[in-house]
Amino acid sequence: MSTTTEQATTSRVNSAMKEILASGASRAVLSVFLGFVVGALFMVFSNDAFLQSIQYFAAKPGDALGSAWTAIADGYAALFRGSIYNYQAANPVAAFRPITETLRFAGPLIAAALGVALAFRVGLFNIGASGQILFGALWATWISTRVTLPWGIHLIVALLVAILGAAAYGAIVGFLKARTGAHEVIVTIMMNYIAAGILTFFFRTPELLREADGGGTPKSDAPAVTAQLPVLLGPEYTLHWGFVLAIVGVVTYWWIMERSTMGYRFRMVGHNPDAARTAGINVERTFVLAMAVSGAFVGLAAANQALGARAGMTPDIDGTIGFDAITVALLGSSTAPGVLLAGLLFGAFKAGAPAMQAIGLSPEITGVVQGFIVLFIAAPPLVRAIFRLPAPQKTTVVADWWRGIFSRGGAK
Amino acid sequence: MKLELRGITKRFGSLVANDHIDLVVNSGEIHSLLGENGAGKSTLMNVLYGLYQADEGEILLDGTVQHFKGPGDAMAAGIGMVHQHFMLIPVFTVAENVVLGNEPTGPLGTLNLDEARKRVREISDRFGFDIDPDALVEDLPVGAQQRVEIIKALARDAKVLVLDEPTAVLTPQETDELMSIMRGLAKSGTSIVFITHKLREVQAVADRITVIRLGAVVGEAKPSESAETLASMMVGRAVDLAVTKHKPKKGNIGLSVTNLTVVGDRHNKVVDDVSFEVHAGEVLAIAGVQGNGQTELAEALVGLRIPSSGTIHLGELDITHSSVREVIDAGVGYIPEDRSKDGLVGDFTIAENVMINRSYGPPFANGLQVDFASRDRITDQLIKDYDVRTPSRETLAKKLSGGNQQKVVVARELSRDLNLLIASQPTRGVDVGSIEFIHERIVATRDAGKPVVIISTELDEVTALADRIAVMFRGRIVGIVDATASRETLGRMMAGATA
Amino acid sequence: MSTVVTPGLFSQADVTVSKRTSYLLGFFALLVFFAFGIFGKAEPVAFQWSKEGDAIHLPDFIVGSNVVGIVVGSLLAAASVVSFLLARRRRATPMWITVGTGLTAVVALLAWIAAGDTIPFAFILGNAVVLAVPLALGAMGGIMSERVGVVNIAIEGQLLTGAFLAAVVGTLSGNLYVGLAAAMVGAALLSMVLAAFAIVYLVDQIIVGVVLNVLVLGITNFFYSQVLSNDGMHTNFPGTFDIMPIPGLSSIPILGHALFESRITTYLAYLIIPALWFVLFKTRLGLRARSVGEHPLAADTVGINVGRTRFWWVTIGGLVAGLGGAALTIGAVGAFGRNMSGGQGFIALAVVILGRWHPFSAAAAALLFGFSIVLRIWANQVSPDFPTDFITIVPYVVTLIAVIGFVGRVRAPAADGQPYIKG
Repeated sequence: MSTTTEQATTSRVNSAMKEILASGASRAVLSVFLGFVVGALFMVFSNDAFLQSIQYFAAKPGDALGSAWTAIADGYAALFRGSIYNYQAANPVAAFRPITETLRFAGPLIAAALGVALAFRVGLFNIGASGQILFGALWATWISTRVTLPWGIHLIVALLVAILGAAAYGAIVGFLKARTGAHEVIVTIMMNYIAAGILTFFFRTPELLREADGGGTPKSDAPAVTAQLPVLLGPEYTLHWGFVLAIVGVVTYWWIMERSTMGYRFRMVGHNPDAARTAGINVERTFVLAMAVSGAFVGLAAANQALGARAGMTPDIDGTIGFDAITVALLGSSTAPGVLLAGLLFGAFKAGAPAMQAIGLSPEITGVVQGFIVLFIAAPPLVRAIFRLPAPQKTTVVADWWRGIFSRGGAK
Repeated sequence: MKLELRGITKRFGSLVANDHIDLVVNSGEIHSLLGENGAGKSTLMNVLYGLYQADEGEILLDGTVQHFKGPGDAMAAGIGMVHQHFMLIPVFTVAENVVLGNEPTGPLGTLNLDEARKRVREISDRFGFDIDPDALVEDLPVGAQQRVEIIKALARDAKVLVLDEPTAVLTPQETDELMSIMRGLAKSGTSIVFITHKLREVQAVADRITVIRLGAVVGEAKPSESAETLASMMVGRAVDLAVTKHKPKKGNIGLSVTNLTVVGDRHNKVVDDVSFEVHAGEVLAIAGVQGNGQTELAEALVGLRIPSSGTIHLGELDITHSSVREVIDAGVGYIPEDRSKDGLVGDFTIAENVMINRSYGPPFANGLQVDFASRDRITDQLIKDYDVRTPSRETLAKKLSGGNQQKVVVARELSRDLNLLIASQPTRGVDVGSIEFIHERIVATRDAGKPVVIISTELDEVTALADRIAVMFRGRIVGIVDATASRETLGRMMAGATA
Repeated sequence: MSTVVTPGLFSQADVTVSKRTSYLLGFFALLVFFAFGIFGKAEPVAFQWSKEGDAIHLPDFIVGSNVVGIVVGSLLAAASVVSFLLARRRRATPMWITVGTGLTAVVALLAWIAAGDTIPFAFILGNAVVLAVPLALGAMGGIMSERVGVVNIAIEGQLLTGAFLAAVVGTLSGNLYVGLAAAMVGAALLSMVLAAFAIVYLVDQIIVGVVLNVLVLGITNFFYSQVLSNDGMHTNFPGTFDIMPIPGLSSIPILGHALFESRITTYLAYLIIPALWFVLFKTRLGLRARSVGEHPLAADTVGINVGRTRFWWVTIGGLVAGLGGAALTIGAVGAFGRNMSGGQGFIALAVVILGRWHPFSAAAAALLFGFSIVLRIWANQVSPDFPTDFITIVPYVVTLIAVIGFVGRVRAPAADGQPYIKG
C-alpha cells in the first residue's frame, strides 16, 4: 500500500484547503459582493442600449451611464423578483412564489454541498457528487416506479434507497483510495461517467426503467404518487419536503463535524493522517467511512431530484448539481451554516432565471456571477489585495464571532 | 578560495534564525560549524548558498562582495553544497543528476549524455568513488547517494564545499570514508564547511571550529579543545546529561520480542530476526546510527507495521498482529520520533490533541459525542502537571515551541495507565530545560515499575537513561550490553561488530 | 518537501510480482473464447479495409464471426500463459503485451457486433482520429503542466475557451488562422491564471482548476445565449479548415485516408506529440522541467528557477490545449455550441494518466477514447440492440483500472500538485 502517495495527496488538499476553510464569513461576503460587481459589468457590456450609447459617449456621457445603470438595475431587479419576492405579481400567492422556488432549488444544492464539504474536512476532494446523485437516483427511481408499496412506507423506502445508493457509490471511491492509494479526484471523475452510462442504460432499456410507452430516448416514468416528496406549502407552490430534508442534513452535518467523535476523527485524518494512524485510527477505514457519509449527504440531493420530480426523468437528472455543490461547499467554508447560506444564494440564482429571461437578459449571467464568486473564494490573496485586507494570521472580529458561534475548540 | 561571512542576519517573522554571524574559512581548510539542532546552522548555509537572502550582512569570496540571488549565482561563484536531505532526483540517473542545471548540450539544446557520463567517471575515478553513471539514484545505497552529491558539487568546480550534517545517515565506516574524502579535497585546495552537532567528528577532522547557539556565534575553538568545553559552548552551560536514577527494581518480563522480521517498503528486511526482552521497571535503550531499522522496529512494536515473522508479547498478551488501536488499548504508550508528523495534529488545539488516541470512550467520549467538559478538565490538569507553557488549552499545537509540543505528547502518553512505554528520539529538537524534564518523567515511569524502551541515536541520551543497551545495525541487533559499556564498545557495535 | 531517502538495502526479502495482470488476461481470454467464439455467432463478417475509389484497393477480408472469437481467444490465452510464466520468474508483464491484448480483444468484439455485416475499418479509424485530436492535444497540455508539478484540472476550461474563441474570433475576423491563434492565446491566458494562483499564491491547484472550469463555463454560456444564439450568422459561423490530403501518404492502404486526409489541426497534433516527447526526454529544457516536477527543491539548489519553469510550461501547455479546443470547432464542425467541450477536458485528464504522463502513450490512450466514441455510434447502427452505453463507459473503466494500479503501477511525477514554498 502506498502510504506516501496518500500522505502527499492528503496534505496537499490540506495545506491549501486550510486557508480557504479558515476564511470565515467576511471574505465570503466580500467575494459575493465582488461576484455581483463583475456580473454587473457583464450585463452592462452585453446591453444593446449601452453599446449604442457608448459610441457617442464623448458627446452625451449621461446616456451611456444611464443605460448602464438601467441594465444593472433591471437585471438584478429581475433576479430579485424571480428569487425572493415578486412585487409585480397579481396576487400575494404569486408574489411569494419566488422565495419558495429558491428554497426548492437550494434543497439539493445544500444537500450535495454538505457531502462535498464533509469530504473536504477529511482532506478528500469529492468531485463525484454527480455520479453519486445518479447512482442514488437510479435505485430511488427503481423503487418509485417499479415497486408498489403503501403510502408513507413507499416514500421512506425510496428515500433510504437513494441515500444508501449514493453512499455506496461514495464508499467505493473511499475503498479504492484506501486500498490502492488512487487519487480520489481521478476516481470520482471516472465514476461520474460510469454512473451516467449505467443510468442511461437503465433508462433506455424497457425491461429496466424506461417509461411505459416511450420512444427511443432514455427516459423513466414519473415516480409513483406514493413515493413522491409531498408539497410543503400546499398546491399553490411546488416547494416540497426535499428542502426539509436538506435542513435536516445541515443540522446532522453540524452535529457530526462539531460534536461527535466520528467527526472529530474525520477532522483529525483530514489534518494529519500520519498522526491519526499513530493514534490508532484506521485511516483507510476512515476514508471509506467518510466517503460513504459524504455520499449519504449527496444521496439527499439524489432523493430531491428523483422523488421531487412530478414527471418522467431523463439521464441528466443530476443537472449541474454535482459541480455546483463544489462551489457551494467552497463558498460556505465547509461549515454547516456556511453551506446553508451559500446553497440558498445559488438556489436563488437558479430560481431567478425565468424572470431574467423575461426581460431579455440571459439567465446564464448567474453562471458568470457564480464563477467569479468562487474564483475570489479560491484565491484569498486576490480578495485581500483588492480590499487591502491584512494577512490571514490576524482573524477579523467577524471571523471570530463566526467561529465562536458555530464551532468548538477553534480548530477547523 | 577564502570565504568570509560578515554580520549575516536572517529573520523569519519574529524569529531571528541568524544574528550577525561572522565566519572566515580559509583556502584548503576544513572549518567546522558546530551547534545544536535548531541553532541556525542550516539557515546560515542556505543563505550562503543563495536559497535564502540575508536581511543584513555580506558574503565575500577572496575579498569580493557577492550578491547571490539564487543557488545558481552561488554555484557560479564556486560554492557547492551537500544537503542533509539529498537534493537528488530519484528517477534520474547519476549522470543526469550530476549535470542537471549545468548540462552539456548539442544542437537544439539536446542533452549530451556521453559527455555527462564522462564527467562523472572522471571525478569518480579521481577520488575512487566507484559510481556507475547510468545507475538510477533511487537504486543506490545512501552512502553512494552522498558521493553522487559530492560529485555533483565538484563537477561544478566547487571551491568551497558545504557539508550539512553529512554523517547523520552514515555508518561509522562510511563516516570514516567521508572524512578521508574531506581531507583529500582539502589537500587539493577545496575549502570545506562541515556542519554538525557531533563533537567527536569535529575533533577528528576539523582544522578550526566555530560554535553557534541560538542563531549567534558563541566563539571559535580548536579541535584540541576537550569535548566538555565544546559541549558547554554548544548548549550554553555546563552539561550534565546524567540523570539521577536509582538501581532498577526489575520485575517480570514486560515485553518480549522473538525473531521479529519486518519487510520494508522496498521489499528489504529492515528489521531482521530481532529478539529481546524488557523487564518491568527497566529501561532498554536501542542505539544505532539512524536508518538501521530502529524506526521500523518501533513501528512494528506499536502495530504501525505488520511483521512478516516473529512474535511480540506484552506480558502474556500476543500483540504481534494487533492493530494500533488494540496496542494502545493494551496500555502501550508511544512517543514517536517525529512529533509534528506522527505525534500531534498541528491544527488541533492542545485539548483536541490530548484525546487523539482515546476518542472512542470515557473519559473523552460520551456515547457518540465528545465529552467536552471532561476533556477540558483533563487537559488543564495535564498542562499544569507537565508544565506546558501555553496561553490556553485552546491554543493550536503548531503554535507551541518544540519542547512544549513534546511535553504535550509525553503528557498524553504518560497520563494513561501504561503497561509499556516506547519512546523514540524523545528529546530530538527539544530545549535543554525540557530535555531534563522529559528524562525525569521517563525514569519516573521506569521507577513506577513499567517496562520502557528508548530508541535514540544520541549516545549521550542512551547512556544516561538506559539500564541495558541494544545496538542495531542493518536491521539486526548486534548485541545487548550493560549501560556501563564504554563508548568505544558501543561505537564498534554501531559499526556492526558483535559485542 | 524533501524526499526522505530510504535506508540502504539490507538483506533482500522475497519480492513477489503481482499476478493480477495475468489473471486479468486469462479472464479476457476465456471471455472472448467462449462468448465470442464457442457461443458466438456463425455469420460471416467482412473487414473492409479500403473505401471506394482508393488508389490501392484491398479486398474485404471475410471470415466467420465465431472464428475470430476462437482465434483471438486462443491468442489471449497464450498471452496470459506467458504472463503467468513471467510472474513466476518474478518479472512483470511487458506493457506491449497488455496493450496488444486489449487491441486484439477489441477486434473480436467488433467481429461479434458486426456478425453478418461489414466492419468499415477506414471509417472507424478515421473518425477515431478526428475525435482523438482534441483529447490528445488537451492531454499534451496536461502533460506539460503535470510534468513540472502542476495538476491541471482546468483542461476542460482550456478546451472550452479554445473552442469558443476559435469560432467567434474566426467568424469576426473572417480568418480561421486568426481564430486559431486567438484560441491558443486565450487558453494560455487561462493557464497563466492557473499558474499564477498555483505557483505565486499557492492556492490548491485542484480547486483553482475546478473553479476555472466553472468560470469559463459560466462566461461562455452567457455569451452563447446572450450574443451567439441571437446573431449566429455574424458571430458564430466560422466554417472549418479545409481537408488537405498529403500527397503520397494519403494513398497508403488502410491508414492513408484515416491519418493523412485531415485538417491542419490534426497535422499540428502529429507534430506536437513527437516534439513534446523530444523536448521532454532528449533536451536540457525537458530534463530541467522533469526535475522541477520530481523534486523542485533539488532543482532549485542547482539554480533552476522552479517558479518560472512551472509558469512557462503551464502557460505553453495552455497554448496546446487551446489548439485542442479549436479542433473541436473550426477543426471539426465549425460553429460553437453550448458547453461544447462537454467533459472532454476531464477525458483528457484521464488520457494523461492512462498514458502515464508520456506523450506517445497518451496519444494512444486518446485514440482509445476516440475509438470508443466511434464504436458506440457504429455499433448502434449495426446492431441496435447492443447496449452501447457500455461501450461508452469502457474507457473510463479502463482508466479506473489503470489508476487503481490493477495493471502495473502508474507513477505520477513525484511533486505533482505540490506547491513549492521557498524559504
